[in-house]
Amino acid sequence: MKVIVCVKQVPDTKGGVKFNPDGTLDRAAMLAIMNPDDKAGLEAALRLKDQYDAEVTVLTMGLPKAADVLREAIAMGADNGILVTDRVLGGADTWATSTTIAGAIRNLDYDLIITGRQAIDGDTAQVGPQIAEHLGIPVISYAQDIKIDGDKVVVQRQYDDRYHVLEAKMPCLITALSELNEPRYMTPGGIFEACAAQITTWGRAELKDVEDSNLGLAGSPTKIAKASDKVRKGAGEKVVPESPEDAVSYIVDKLAEKHII
Amino acid sequence: MDFTLSKEHEMARALFREFAENEAKPLAIEVDETEKFPRETVDKMAKYGFLGIPVPKEYGGQGCDPLTYVMCVEELSKVCGTTGVIVSAHTSLCCDPIQTYGTEEQKQKYLIPLAKGEKLGAFGLTEPGAGTDAQGQQTKAVLDGDEWVLNGSKCFITNGKEADVYVIFAVTGKIEKRGRFLKEISAFIVEKGTPGFTFGTKENKMGIRGSSTYELIFTDCRIPKENLLGQQGKGFNIAMHTLDGGRIGIAAQALGIAEGALERTVAYTKERKQFGKSISGFQNTQFQLADMATKVEAAKLLVYQAAMKKAEYVKNPKISYSVEAAQAKLYAAEVAMEVTTKAVQLHGGYGYIREYEVERMMRDAKITEIYEGTSEVQRMVISSNLLK
Repeated sequence: MKVIVCVKQVPDTKGGVKFNPDGTLDRAAMLAIMNPDDKAGLEAALRLKDQYDAEVTVLTMGLPKAADVLREAIAMGADNGILVTDRVLGGADTWATSTTIAGAIRNLDYDLIITGRQAIDGDTAQVGPQIAEHLGIPVISYAQDIKIDGDKVVVQRQYDDRYHVLEAKMPCLITALSELNEPRYMTPGGIFEACAAQITTWGRAELKDVEDSNLGLAGSPTKIAKASDKVRKGAGEKVVPESPEDAVSYIVDKLAEKHII
Repeated sequence: MDFTLSKEHEMARALFREFAENEAKPLAIEVDETEKFPRETVDKMAKYGFLGIPVPKEYGGQGCDPLTYVMCVEELSKVCGTTGVIVSAHTSLCCDPIQTYGTEEQKQKYLIPLAKGEKLGAFGLTEPGAGTDAQGQQTKAVLDGDEWVLNGSKCFITNGKEADVYVIFAVTGKIEKRGRFLKEISAFIVEKGTPGFTFGTKENKMGIRGSSTYELIFTDCRIPKENLLGQQGKGFNIAMHTLDGGRIGIAAQALGIAEGALERTVAYTKERKQFGKSISGFQNTQFQLADMATKVEAAKLLVYQAAMKKAEYVKNPKISYSVEAAQAKLYAAEVAMEVTTKAVQLHGGYGYIREYEVERMMRDAKITEIYEGTSEVQRMVISSNLLK
């Protein structure tokens, strides 16, 4: 079984997000970490390695410094690391990023691709499903539990206060939530091995079946109008109406109050 | 000379720091208050290879260098001195002598499970009448057929009741040296559960209160002949050499305690307001912090230097690192005591309250000036090298 895990090096937002005067992220002022959802995806893959002896390849796109997250992944137990880096890929939005990653993955054999649900620096949750679309394989997003059943994956997809159980034939792509598991630590010996490990580096030339017009800043249809810190969803308000009629009238009032109806 | 840490060491430090913050720090107050041995943390450390960091991979270890091991003890000790010494005693005092002096069979049987963390190790040299004067040993081992029979007791043994494998020293005869008779001391590997091996008093200590410090009692305790560690009569050398390595571990513990106290004090002095401003705005605080930070940095350089010297020794056993280890331990322990004392003072009344943790660090720091060779012993080692 071969598993590819897509990871991203992101600024650590734990200590707050810092912006440049032009509204872009001040990456230099923040520590670089492996995106938490991606780390959960990696842990899920490493559990498949523990259980089914799966071969785990981690792949990232970014600056040469992004090799650090590949080394971290190898120190946790991943087998191989691939860094996709090229000046022409800079400034990519989710479309250009997913095009690039899909172009890299076309060089590889795989049964399963795992990505994080979303990166804490962009919060789009688009790249994973887009990669699946480019590759023409099924996608199951928001996985909170992953099981293998023969040539299928059985996934619990988180959905508000419940979950859906979905099955898909492999090869397929799963996007993982950080709630999926508690990622393991690196080991000291793993760190020394990871630093000695050969990281495969690919550029534009190695991307398969992609058009230049879909890459980098020039190939990115998204234009960022404004960036801001994430506003957390509140706990909400719980109302226990006495009758269905009361419930309807409460909901209608609320919708009217918010000018939705 | 390059003082920049390698990528490996940077990553290892980040790992140990993350682990210490997540796993050891939340338990530190409880471990101290209740004298609870942090078994769950030890199990997690075993899982991630922290109990065999400098042991070669072929013997179940991580195959890392002494500096990586030092960083592990340092980062753990920043948040919990107890957790730091558990790793230090296990690695330096039990794994190391078996790795250095053990037969291939002993390494297969004992070192591999120790390095994998399946078993915990301890070291028994000290006796009620034999502390700094290791020649004062009373515990005896007599060969009876295919077995050694041990009688006597050891005291103040770290990891005492929690360990599974013990390196124990005992008198096996007399040797004549320049017309005088000296005790012949030998080292042995003793397993927990061996008939005749029991535990005495648990010590109620000032600091490192979760570290399970016990008296070990041997009453006609019979161990296989092949559990002699190293050559018969070479026990004193084995003990002294083992303690050279142990001192680097304790120096790392002392360094970690000092760093932990300094970190907390910097944060506290920025928050604490008196006379309308943060106490970090007062020059007395600033000067105290400057002195503390400078001494901590000097201690760190000595500790890391000793670890690097030990790394040279690993490649070439003719190199001695005794003096570097003694200097690192002497200085780091005294810095730990001074820095933690100042940390309590800068915290004022709150520093005397357990919740603020610097008082625990002050209590934990004291032992680093005493065990594995007192500061006075370190001065003896250093000066005897100067004057030889």
